[in-house]
Amino acid sequence: MFDKVLIANRGEIAVRVIRACQKLGVRTVAVYSDADKEALHVQMADEAFHIGPPPVAQSYLNMDKIIEVALEAGAQAIHPGYGLLAENAAFAKRCQEKGLVFIGPKPEAMEAMGFKVKARQIMQAADVPIVPGNVEGIQDLEKAKELAQGIGYPVMVKASAGGGGIGMQIAHNEKELEQAFKMCEARAKAYFGDPSLYLEKYIEEPRHIEIQVLADNGGYTIHLNERECSVQRRHQKVIEEAPSTFVDPDLRQKMGAAAVRAAQAIGYNNAGTVEFLVDPEKNFYFLEMNTRIQVEHPVTEMTTGVDLVEWQLRIASGEPLTLKQEEIGINGHAIECRIYAEDPDKNFMPSPGKIARWQVPELEGFRADVGVYEGYTVSPYYDPLLAKFITWGETRDQAIDRMIQALESTVVDGIRTNISFHITALKSKLFREGRTTTNFIDQLKKEE
Amino acid sequence: MAEVACPMAGVVAEVKVQPGDTIEPGQELLILESMKMMIPFQSETNGVVKEVKVNVGDFVNEGDVVIVLE
Repeated sequence: MFDKVLIANRGEIAVRVIRACQKLGVRTVAVYSDADKEALHVQMADEAFHIGPPPVAQSYLNMDKIIEVALEAGAQAIHPGYGLLAENAAFAKRCQEKGLVFIGPKPEAMEAMGFKVKARQIMQAADVPIVPGNVEGIQDLEKAKELAQGIGYPVMVKASAGGGGIGMQIAHNEKELEQAFKMCEARAKAYFGDPSLYLEKYIEEPRHIEIQVLADNGGYTIHLNERECSVQRRHQKVIEEAPSTFVDPDLRQKMGAAAVRAAQAIGYNNAGTVEFLVDPEKNFYFLEMNTRIQVEHPVTEMTTGVDLVEWQLRIASGEPLTLKQEEIGINGHAIECRIYAEDPDKNFMPSPGKIARWQVPELEGFRADVGVYEGYTVSPYYDPLLAKFITWGETRDQAIDRMIQALESTVVDGIRTNISFHITALKSKLFREGRTTTNFIDQLKKEE
Repeated sequence: MAEVACPMAGVVAEVKVQPGDTIEPGQELLILESMKMMIPFQSETNGVVKEVKVNVGDFVNEGDVVIVLE
């Protein structure tokens, strides 16, 4: 195991990684911007280094500075958390060159997942179902029309080199396809320097279900069941749970095996997540692989008893993965609510500011991963995630009831949070019945 | 003379009006960047812009006067 690890992140995930290091007796090095002098991760780490002004480009994304600090502090490895540098293959390479271990997959695996058309080809070859469509980038509208006829409308037009929803457009007929093609081509060229596009069948009423995988440096890979992440707003997840109400043991086994094949096809190591779209008929399709620890990892931890961040550290330090697939069961049910500094009454507008009161209860089956404290000022420079509330129950109903109790007995003053939204969502019939598609929030407004 | 105060803390990403402009309710005055989101700040009143007190890149707090109307 490492003696000392630098955490190249902030907020609740930096705190989470520090806790895992402490558990393993690893010393920790925090980094912080001018805006984060008082941050919790800075207070909790054994050492903390200032790395620049508040904008992330000049601080948390400053690769040279972070590597310099790691070397100066005598850290052997860097944990990138999620977001920021977590899926930056160039950063992982630079760490390697400087003799530092990047706690995540090897850069080649990250790159293989970065280029969407290439990822589709690899997955098809590995017998992982992909959304019906083509796997070659195309630049010709007539060819696109032909393909769309074969796939069947509606289709999604996407950029081959794309990601993050940029250069992505739905077309219900040939006329719309002509417009979508032109628009996506221009955007793909502007954003990714590559105008080639591909078509995918548009999946109606999809669920967003992902499979957690762990792989050691020798390529031994297991999956740790699914997480259901369909409750989203602005394409950002808000509530996650495990297991999914929609996944039966047969589907779980099939998706899990596909996720393991996906990871092995790219020589993946460390923790990762394979995202799938699942249609109402339970057909599942590979969407993408997230080559990092995910925000919602605690629901998997609570239902499998496996500490994923601890395994990230163990695997990165060269230990073999000793968990066996048949040992991974599902114990009860877990739900996570992301607590954001935003105002649900004002269209989820950000609400930075000083936290005058922060009282989070201690309850049975309740875990809070928190990045803030009473008296702390939430900066407008970073994302609005303050904390994650996770509850566990023997049944889904018990997990929901415990979450409602936790949310209702939490007191936050000084800033607005989305706690009231969570309470409304969890108390709805829609959520209770497990009808959580990606249209959940719109559906909720209609039914309430 | 009326003053227009900023509804939230953030960094000014775009200034969409200049002195002399006639504004109306619902018109975008500024785009603010806060917590990784671009938030349009819309006018609630009619008026003529006398002075814009912020520039792109400035940090503003909730309640700061950003625009003065005639």
